[in-house]
Amino acid sequence: MSLRFQRLLLILLTLIIIFSAVLLILYNTRENVSYFYTPSEIDESDMLTKKIIRIGGFVEKNSFNKISSSSFKFRITDEKASILVAYDGILPDLFREGQGAVIEGSFSDNNIFNATNVFAKHDENYMPKSIKESLKDTGYWNKNYK
Amino acid sequence: MFLFNPYKFNKTADYLFKPILFLSIILFSFGLLYSLFLSPDDYQQGTTVRIMYVHVPSAWLSLMTYAIMTLYSVAALAFRIPFGFIVNSAIAPIGAVYTLICIISGSLWGKPMWGTWWVWDARLTSVALLFIIYLIIIFMNLSFENRIVKEKVIAIFILVGSINLPIVKFSVDWWNTLHQPATISKLSKPSIDPSMMTPLIIMTFAFIMIGISIAILRIKTEIISRKSNLR
Repeated sequence: MSLRFQRLLLILLTLIIIFSAVLLILYNTRENVSYFYTPSEIDESDMLTKKIIRIGGFVEKNSFNKISSSSFKFRITDEKASILVAYDGILPDLFREGQGAVIEGSFSDNNIFNATNVFAKHDENYMPKSIKESLKDTGYWNKNYK
Repeated sequence: MFLFNPYKFNKTADYLFKPILFLSIILFSFGLLYSLFLSPDDYQQGTTVRIMYVHVPSAWLSLMTYAIMTLYSVAALAFRIPFGFIVNSAIAPIGAVYTLICIISGSLWGKPMWGTWWVWDARLTSVALLFIIYLIIIFMNLSFENRIVKEKVIAIFILVGSINLPIVKFSVDWWNTLHQPATISKLSKPSIDPSMMTPLIIMTFAFIMIGISIAILRIKTEIISRKSNLR
């Protein structure tokens, strides 16, 4: 084994060991690394503790309720569970029914989630406006694009 | 090979510098024209989507620059190619600037779309860490007395920091993040329309060419300053 090859092997082995150590740490702390919970991950104990958490999912269809100009109620869902959210404040531009959103806040006594911050999440699809119109005209627009 | 030998690099760079500079000016002006005026508005994001044509190429370039530095560190440490040390100290600031462009443009994009300038999700945090790693490399470059020791310490630091690269890349798949997952990946058809893909590709090549022309200048300067023993 040449000296160069030995040094290369040493570098690669060291990197693999450090990388697996970092991965193990990240894997075991994944609950804390994740930015939000999904509605189906929320259970009774989360609702009782009333600590500040973030929930991410889609704004449920036909659930958006405008109570006043800056007060809203809607449900956030991941198609398995859904949570009623109340929010006072300004909603981001992209916020609409069927669109992804991340909500920060805590549960109140009646299991309503009181949001302090609402972030809109956008997906990885990019499409010109004109194509959406022509897809709609010909009836090929499917709601999978959200 | 001109990529490993400073003298051959100097010779090849003299031939290539002007064409590459010319190409980067052409690509950048055409790419800006295409992405700012000719490309269509997005069906959801409207005209704000044009930030993507700066944000995504700079993000790719920030990772690419670090990957190149990692390869040169391996070459320098394992195969005793000192040209690797020269490249490392020359291109670290380029990567840092691309990372900064990526962070600033992403933040300007996040405010209207997400409703926030910054969140500490896995993608944004790992990119912030990448920027800090670049800064540490730059400061280490300026702070050692002994050049031989400095070069080795920096190369080892670059190798250790390279662990962050897959974390940046895959953070959006491994954890829940506010940042959306990748649009363009090798495994699947890209979920972006060709009319928006074209300016993105042009801008990416423009950024690569700009990066290479600055890198050529910086590497040549580094070679000259080492020859004259200024450092």
